[in-house]
Amino acid sequence: MKVTVDMNVCQHYAQCVFEAPAVFDLDENNQLVYEPDPANDLRQAVEAAAAACPVQAILVTGR
Amino acid sequence: MTSPDERRIAVVGASLAGLRTAEAFRTGGWQGSITLIGAESHPPYSRPPLSKGVTDAADPFSRLALRSSIDIQATWVLGRTVEACDLTNGVLRLDDGTTLTADAVVAATGTRARRLPLDRRPANMHTVRTIDDALALGKALRHGTRVVVAGAGFIGCEIAATASQLGCRVHVVTFDQTAMIAPLGHTVGAALQRRHERSGITFHTGRTVVSVQGDDRCCDVILDDGTTLRADVTIEAIGSVCNTEWLTGNGLDLHEGVLCDNDLHAVASTRTAIPIAAVGDVARFPNPIFDAEPRRIEHWQMAVDTARHAARTLLHALGHGQPVTNPFTPLPSFWSNQGSSRLQSFGLPGLADHVEILDGDLDHDFVVGYRRHGSPIGVMVCGGIREAARYRRWLAEHLTDGLVPSAS
Repeated sequence: MKVTVDMNVCQHYAQCVFEAPAVFDLDENNQLVYEPDPANDLRQAVEAAAAACPVQAILVTGR
Repeated sequence: MTSPDERRIAVVGASLAGLRTAEAFRTGGWQGSITLIGAESHPPYSRPPLSKGVTDAADPFSRLALRSSIDIQATWVLGRTVEACDLTNGVLRLDDGTTLTADAVVAATGTRARRLPLDRRPANMHTVRTIDDALALGKALRHGTRVVVAGAGFIGCEIAATASQLGCRVHVVTFDQTAMIAPLGHTVGAALQRRHERSGITFHTGRTVVSVQGDDRCCDVILDDGTTLRADVTIEAIGSVCNTEWLTGNGLDLHEGVLCDNDLHAVASTRTAIPIAAVGDVARFPNPIFDAEPRRIEHWQMAVDTARHAARTLLHALGHGQPVTNPFTPLPSFWSNQGSSRLQSFGLPGLADHVEILDGDLDHDFVVGYRRHGSPIGVMVCGGIREAARYRRWLAEHLTDGLVPSAS
């Protein structure tokens, strides 16, 4: 599973951090940081994060 | 008995909640057909940005269109409304006179903007609910435009801040004592109102609009104390009305949305022949993390959460999947951008009887805790989003403490 966040689109609403804190986080400057290659058992949380993003900045690909 | 593949779920409403429900049916294994019926001619798009900045008129959908993680294989009926729904026979009648049969119905019709009770309404009066609304308003706002916003809730304050940043001269009229008093309480509402006032927005609190006089280009907005505000643009942001008329006649409780049980099954005076669930802004349901009182929660995240849960409820009613055993305990969560202020709220601060500042001060970044009967019921974070995630976890633990079985 590959996760890509379009940082030109991301507005730091942080909904993904709430849905999948193991994959998405904010650094000290409130910038989004994320694990681009998360373990497969996190798929449900990652897809929930993508679905919850108000600006649809998160792309999940691969099996 | 019909084979499952021949059955159809009708999702009435094709915005965020309807789309996410359809997705959840497919991921839950539904092989029958799904028909999504939407009043707007546009495919689903994200509404929150509409009030938080000017919508890019050149290509509004590149940023706003909602994506699906899977192919939902749905039939789309857009630009049509359902005028009537017969839950005994499973028949929906559309506004073009056609009918559609269904074996289950999802009520995802959301809300429309509440309007001021005016005798006449000039063409320069706007609401902001749809992308078409936002594009029309965006065209009307220019540097120096005189703007009157009726309503000082989140939408009203977001629009006022956006217009002010564009260089408009903005007046906000609200019947309440301060901006955002209902969702955030007096202390926080007053502090946020002061920020708006410092950026040049004028508030008229404790006032109502009694009439609007003038032509389609320039009006006088008359308040109940006789104040007259000259306006090139007037925006009505005084709340919402549920789109539930189409469900009349089925024995449902349609007072303020669709009354549902905790599983989002619509509550009927007599059992409906086909199952119906409600999602998103129209679903009025009890949430055991607060109490037994059914409430509607008009938040983005709640549309996503109710979609997932309602799909499981209906799939089980249609003979698919496991019964839903855990109580549905979604944590209300929303954000608001107002000028330079970024607000993030969790829980239901509006229910609080006690407010305390947990961190920072009201003139800068701050965190406010809300309690009811001594227990935490909400948190509002202004500024640091990173803190928001931490306070959200803290609140969620408090609110779900003692609920059985374990709810996440």
